[in-house]
Amino acid sequence: MLIAIVAIRMRDLFGVVILFGVYSLLTAVLFMDLDAVDVAFTEAAVGAGVTTVLLLSSLRLTRRWEAPPKHNPLLSLLVVGVTGAALVYATLDAPLLGDPNAPVHKHVTPHYIQRAAEEIGMPNMVTAVLASYRGYDTFGETLVVFTAGLAVLLLLGIPELPKSRPHSSAIDDQVVLKVVVKLLIPLILLYALYVQFHGDFGAGGGFQAGVIFATGFILYEMVFGANNAHAVMPPAWLPRLAALGVLIYGGVGLVSMMAGKPFLDYSALSGDPVHGQHLGVLLVELGVGITVFSIVLLIFYALSGRKRQP
Amino acid sequence: MSLLIDGLSAIFLLAGGFLCITGGVGLLRMPDFFSRVHAAGVTETLAAPLLLFGLLLQMEWSLDMLKVLMILIFVLATNPTATHAMAKATLTGGQKPLVADDAETRGEDASNS
Amino acid sequence: MNQIPGLFNYWIVVFLMMAGFYVVISQGNLVKKLVGLGLFQASVFILFITMGNLSGGRAPIVTEGVFVYSSPLPHVLILTAIVVGVATTAVGLALVVRIQEAYGSVEEDEIHARDLADEEELLEQNTAGTEDDGR
Repeated sequence: MLIAIVAIRMRDLFGVVILFGVYSLLTAVLFMDLDAVDVAFTEAAVGAGVTTVLLLSSLRLTRRWEAPPKHNPLLSLLVVGVTGAALVYATLDAPLLGDPNAPVHKHVTPHYIQRAAEEIGMPNMVTAVLASYRGYDTFGETLVVFTAGLAVLLLLGIPELPKSRPHSSAIDDQVVLKVVVKLLIPLILLYALYVQFHGDFGAGGGFQAGVIFATGFILYEMVFGANNAHAVMPPAWLPRLAALGVLIYGGVGLVSMMAGKPFLDYSALSGDPVHGQHLGVLLVELGVGITVFSIVLLIFYALSGRKRQP
Repeated sequence: MSLLIDGLSAIFLLAGGFLCITGGVGLLRMPDFFSRVHAAGVTETLAAPLLLFGLLLQMEWSLDMLKVLMILIFVLATNPTATHAMAKATLTGGQKPLVADDAETRGEDASNS
Repeated sequence: MNQIPGLFNYWIVVFLMMAGFYVVISQGNLVKKLVGLGLFQASVFILFITMGNLSGGRAPIVTEGVFVYSSPLPHVLILTAIVVGVATTAVGLALVVRIQEAYGSVEEDEIHARDLADEEELLEQNTAGTEDDGR
């Protein structure tokens, strides 16, 4: 809470962005304490990792310092106070923290908890609900991520890089950094693959894996320069990979329809329905992971390749 | 035996916590960038592994223990690198560390960085 | 009033939400507004996750010997929400970068002033044009 107040008052935007990263990390720790391991994982990777990097990349293109405030904050504080009071009044009827009689624990949740292990065959209930019971929503989310990538591509575009002379970047004499990063990147990518395929059993899944995989490439671009990064993962591939991920997801649904079952009903994929669920969740998470990875990397390429206008 | 392990783990956890606090105080109070980076580096490289090692002693032999061990190794590998990268970048950028005789003249000039 | 200890999580959420709301409506810098929007989003996540928590429950991964689990349904919703949040933040940042290139600043006041000046200039040109045409 204090971090939120300080982030409001600071005028150095670099400090505000870093504080926002710390705030995201603290939220992730709070989620761990509230038994939400998958969510904590995603919040730490996405909020404290990717969002900070994207905000810093855009700070490079705009100004670091904020102009002094020109308006009297009194009216804003009044509006905020009235809204806050109304919301607090609304929460007086809300169920208490951890109450077993709360509505959330009564209706669909016991069904999911009891049936997830038998019907889907995987211990991680969150992945079971995400990919199978609520697979339609996840498809929509993948499409949203894809559309966001398209929007950034339309707004910014990825420019052709001029050939840079070797040994001309400012980070060139950082030998220790380069060696350690070279050793770490394969491990980061391996860990991302582990998270992707282990998402059925522990915390993990397609989103976290896609983000971590993209982080490996982002680290490579930050340390070794954009030319090397574009040589390793050409930006022309990224929209196609994103489309491939969405196609995999939709394709699994269409295959189910061709077998006579509803869209995204995985039990149509194999003779044994539980085996079909496994296969369906695997393919679907793969599609999600590919799309998230390529879109995050695409956005980073677009923001970091933009020339700073004077 | 388990009392010994508990006591050792308690010592490590307390030491790690104390070093975190002193690192935070140093980050705020040190006069120069390089000494601040050193304070932050101590927090990352010494306090975090001590805390992790204290936690490791409390766990039983399982896959989780291997995972915490891997986290420990990664922390030991990446945090000193980050500290070194920051310090080297500042040095390349031109800022020089504050040395004792500079501090005296600076104190007399009543200027602060 | 003995409900207060059980309700404090909602009040923290409301405080963070209002902090994010204040940043969005009162601060002039567009990047800071996006950070405020992120604060707001994170408070909504905390709201849902605290609502899904069950006292005495464990994480919703089937383990031996555990029978009480926290509800996995809010976790699924928030997982989606986090990723969508970062996607929209990225689009917002792309827009901010283009605004900076078009207007030369990301301060709301300067952008409005520039827009007003452009409109007045356009109005003058139009009235000058009609006088010349003699319509």
